[in-house]
Amino acid sequence: MKNKSIELMKRYRFFAIMIVVTLAILVVKPDMGVRVYSLAFNSVFEMLGVLPPIFILIGLLDVWVKKETMVKYMGKDSGIIGVLLGFFLGSAAAGPLYGAFPVAGVFLNKGSRLANVFIIVGAWASMKIPLLLFEVAAMGWQFTLIRLVMDIFGVLVIAYSMEKILNDDDERQIYELARKMSQ
Amino acid sequence: MIMTIIFYGLAVIGLVFSFVKSREKTKMALMKALKAFENILPQFLGIVLLIGVILSILSPQQISQLIGENSGWVGVVIATVIGSITLIPGFLAFPLAAALLENGAGYMQIGAFVSSLMMVGIVTMPVEVLYFGKKATLLRNGMGLVFSILVAMVIGGIMS
Repeated sequence: MKNKSIELMKRYRFFAIMIVVTLAILVVKPDMGVRVYSLAFNSVFEMLGVLPPIFILIGLLDVWVKKETMVKYMGKDSGIIGVLLGFFLGSAAAGPLYGAFPVAGVFLNKGSRLANVFIIVGAWASMKIPLLLFEVAAMGWQFTLIRLVMDIFGVLVIAYSMEKILNDDDERQIYELARKMSQ
Repeated sequence: MIMTIIFYGLAVIGLVFSFVKSREKTKMALMKALKAFENILPQFLGIVLLIGVILSILSPQQISQLIGENSGWVGVVIATVIGSITLIPGFLAFPLAAALLENGAGYMQIGAFVSSLMMVGIVTMPVEVLYFGKKATLLRNGMGLVFSILVAMVIGGIMS
């Protein structure tokens, strides 16, 4: 019981610190404090726009997709299919990057290859299809096209370099973390 | 907004199919969804407040002052730093970037800003570390940073 509350305290430490900091701002500079909280509430609403369905889809995937299936399509020997699926899943996603990490967790936990998961994260970060439309509208097709083409290579280079640089121990630790987080 | 509808739609369709096939498994899936969310909730709450603090310090007007057309490499560095620490949703980021361009920001600086905004997430590192550990998190963000500067150089070279 005691361990549990210590664990809880540790997990909420960052949040507690931020509460103290923002309350201090509210007291010292009320104007800014109000802005901080209204911006924070905006972020919460933005989260509610996409995160609940993402987590439900993660739960469904976790329950219904067999490990063997995941290994076949996204695992070590999945080859080009794993790469393409990674790009597709990442770019079809919605919402901020922090939504990608729980998705990465469940994919790793089901036996997905590390590089393929980093492709999901990279594509999620930089080449989401709905966002590309916004980008063309705001920045023009030239800007968008340069970035998109570079990003395809960038995402691949980063994903494979990471897999190369991370040693067996790091890799084991990542799979272990993914297991812990999707329990 | 459209994405919200699509994603909620997908989740509902998934749940209905799942429920028809197995009530038990659907319940399990929802429990797992809840648990997975609870796992990162504390970090989320902290991050949301941190975003509020950062964005209330850095207004769009201040950003455009810092990364003007003649700000050169200093401007690129500033743009990269701002992009790395802020977390602006994409559908707001692009109109903001366009507005900054109109207000005198340079293409190279905006390229750095947009790219680092997407590839580097200092504020979300606490969540990333939970899944990938410290080393992989630092590696991914570090490489994203270098890559963003590369993108900035190409965009700056071609477009200005």
